[in-house]
Amino acid sequence: MAVRLGRRRKQLKGVDDHEYLTLREERAIAKSNAKIMKEFERKKRRENVDPSEYLTEMRDPNNVVEFDNLHTYFFTDVGTTRAVNGVSFDVPTGKTIGIVGESGCGKSVTSLSLMQLVQAPQGQIVEGSIRYKASDGKVYDIPKVPMNEMLHIRGSEIAMIFQEPMTSLNPVFRIGRQLDEVVLLHIPGSTDESAKKRSIEMLKTVGIADSERVYNSYPHQLSGGMRQRVMIAMALICDPRLIIADEPTTALDVTIQAQILDLLRSIKDRINGSIMLITHDLGVIAEMADHVVVMYAGRIIEEGTVREIFHSPKHPYTIGLMLSKPRVDQEAKRLYSIPGQVPNPINMPDYCYFYNRCNRAMPVCRGEYPDLIPFSDTHRAACLLYDEEALAKQAALGTSSQATNAPEPAVVGQAEADLIVTDVDNTDEGPADVVATEVSDTVDRDEVE
Amino acid sequence: METNDNILIVENLKKYYYGGGIGKNRVAVKAVDDVSFKIKRGTTMGLVGESGCGKTTVGRTILRLHDVTGGKVTFKGKDLAKLSKKALRKLRPELQMIFQDPYSSLSPRMPVGEIIGEAVREHKIVPPDQYRQHIMKVMRSCGLQPQYFSRYPHEFSGGQRQRICIARSVALNPDFIICDEPVSALDVSIQAQILNLMQDLQDEFGYTYLFISHDLSVVEHISDTIAVMYLGSIVEIGDKVSVFKNPSHPYTKALLSAVPVADPDHRMNRIVLEGDIPSPANPPSGCKFRTRCPYAFDRCSVEVPKLQNIEDCHEVACHLFDDDAAQYEANKKGGISA
Repeated sequence: MAVRLGRRRKQLKGVDDHEYLTLREERAIAKSNAKIMKEFERKKRRENVDPSEYLTEMRDPNNVVEFDNLHTYFFTDVGTTRAVNGVSFDVPTGKTIGIVGESGCGKSVTSLSLMQLVQAPQGQIVEGSIRYKASDGKVYDIPKVPMNEMLHIRGSEIAMIFQEPMTSLNPVFRIGRQLDEVVLLHIPGSTDESAKKRSIEMLKTVGIADSERVYNSYPHQLSGGMRQRVMIAMALICDPRLIIADEPTTALDVTIQAQILDLLRSIKDRINGSIMLITHDLGVIAEMADHVVVMYAGRIIEEGTVREIFHSPKHPYTIGLMLSKPRVDQEAKRLYSIPGQVPNPINMPDYCYFYNRCNRAMPVCRGEYPDLIPFSDTHRAACLLYDEEALAKQAALGTSSQATNAPEPAVVGQAEADLIVTDVDNTDEGPADVVATEVSDTVDRDEVE
Repeated sequence: METNDNILIVENLKKYYYGGGIGKNRVAVKAVDDVSFKIKRGTTMGLVGESGCGKTTVGRTILRLHDVTGGKVTFKGKDLAKLSKKALRKLRPELQMIFQDPYSSLSPRMPVGEIIGEAVREHKIVPPDQYRQHIMKVMRSCGLQPQYFSRYPHEFSGGQRQRICIARSVALNPDFIICDEPVSALDVSIQAQILNLMQDLQDEFGYTYLFISHDLSVVEHISDTIAVMYLGSIVEIGDKVSVFKNPSHPYTKALLSAVPVADPDHRMNRIVLEGDIPSPANPPSGCKFRTRCPYAFDRCSVEVPKLQNIEDCHEVACHLFDDDAAQYEANKKGGISA
């Protein structure tokens, strides 16, 4: 096997960014990863940590959460995946923040980092801080909080609604028992009776009419919408200050989705908390969010208020994303499609990650990764198109602003074709000649997501 | 002449599943109940509905992937429901299907060329000496590089895999393709690529599509006619424009108003339906939608509404549009007083 992989590698040398690993290389990576992960895990599992180590101050007292240059990596056997690569944004009190992006862009990992629920030991927060202001006024720096301390924050302070209600509920326990458990764990001095009372009351709050029956049912006896309501009830049962809703309606039908979105809105007003809404559906974002963060390949490429993002999107990716979704209220002969696909997360380029798919890419884009450029107090985008300096440099280079690789929007698959420069006729020679480009992209992306 | 125009005519298609009970007590789940529609050659018909409404079963029953319980499916003048296996097999190349999940519908142990070419060889679509060129041509037209020929499905991303699925059905030169949620497993930007590809192929080769999806915006984009299903029956069917501009059935109205629009200033009068879809094993009497319908009146629980024309190429199954509604009321009152 090793011999075969080795031979393949040799033939693939020089091919742009992707190469196969030999088994030996893979083992070496695994070994060094094990070392790194052990160190991280040791830190997390310490006991009797001095609180001064993880307590800090907020930058702005109006925020519930501040993400500051967060880096969450996955140490896999084929290399390090930078799932979240320098993300900074704030969640103000009483607001809804929408995080939008395609699968694999790191939106779920960002929220899991906040809960310290990233798949360990492979997934680790390696850099940056997440400051969370608890209800007692203390400010925690989540990545530094040890595991046993985290138990008090999870569930009672920050709650999470997961995407797939069927897999998030335990199929062998009744709904009631699963709800009671949360109360008994997080609310001191609660008894079985008080827990039951609270659970049933909460089921009523989320719009379940016959809450007694639901309390005594198993998850499989409920419909998808009901299960999602139970999940929401479970998240709300300890009056959290922040709710993370990770694709709360993706698995639901549109009419049920409308019900759940209505419910989320009314609940936010009731508890006066904040919601972090993670979704790939721009429609849901437009309807629910106050602020929007657009992520691409582990980075924020644009953020702003919902009106700024939807009415004057700046980044070519955001613009492309808006145009590629068919709208019920608008007629389009042909959809705009962003060509190509997200680059391999293991071998990210140094320059703008969107360069290969961008229809306005310039040669200067191959320089450094662009910083976020402000357009207003709230609106920022990471694109050199709006960087005066870069444009001046570009003009000095004397080339046109349209790069040669810029694909025509209408030509589907053309960019994919452009990514590969090989002779078409050599296909008869067998698999060894096949050139890998976006190979195994999905496998890695699935892991990240 | 009209039969030539319509490539597929489905009449009173029924598909029941039997589960539980013996003899008289046998419970029939009416997954598809009395569905009729026609598809014109070269057009796309969109079939929308929520999960569990039987839209996928319609697609599969047309292809006889499930046996038909009752009704007629006429494809190019032949009744598919009555064809023998042998005759059906001959017809298979002309009827193809694209499945929802590109991850599970491709064999992981076959290279792409074989996946696309297996059926071509089996059905002798092209002479053996042109086999390779034919596959290459199909791959190119579906936006796949010919050097992918000997690669395996795991090396591809979701969008590329869906292209392989499309290439697999296109390779047989079909007339009619059933697309069962072809883009719902894909990201938005990839969705657009696949939808555009499907439209390009239709323009070039004149395929007829039956496009099954729960995503109304996608269906609206690609279809010429639209049928809305609820609990195994069609509640509204018609031209895309008339259905979307003038949704008439209360369910269609609710469905359309529930779609979130990517515009923060867009405010629609949202009709939020109460409750869930009833179980198809025990549907409500009369109109199946009446349990969630805000306009339901007593006739709805007694009589099953039939599809009726409300304008050109636009049919609705709802008692609200009955001409004789007033008379019915009068009759009933008369009956009570007598």
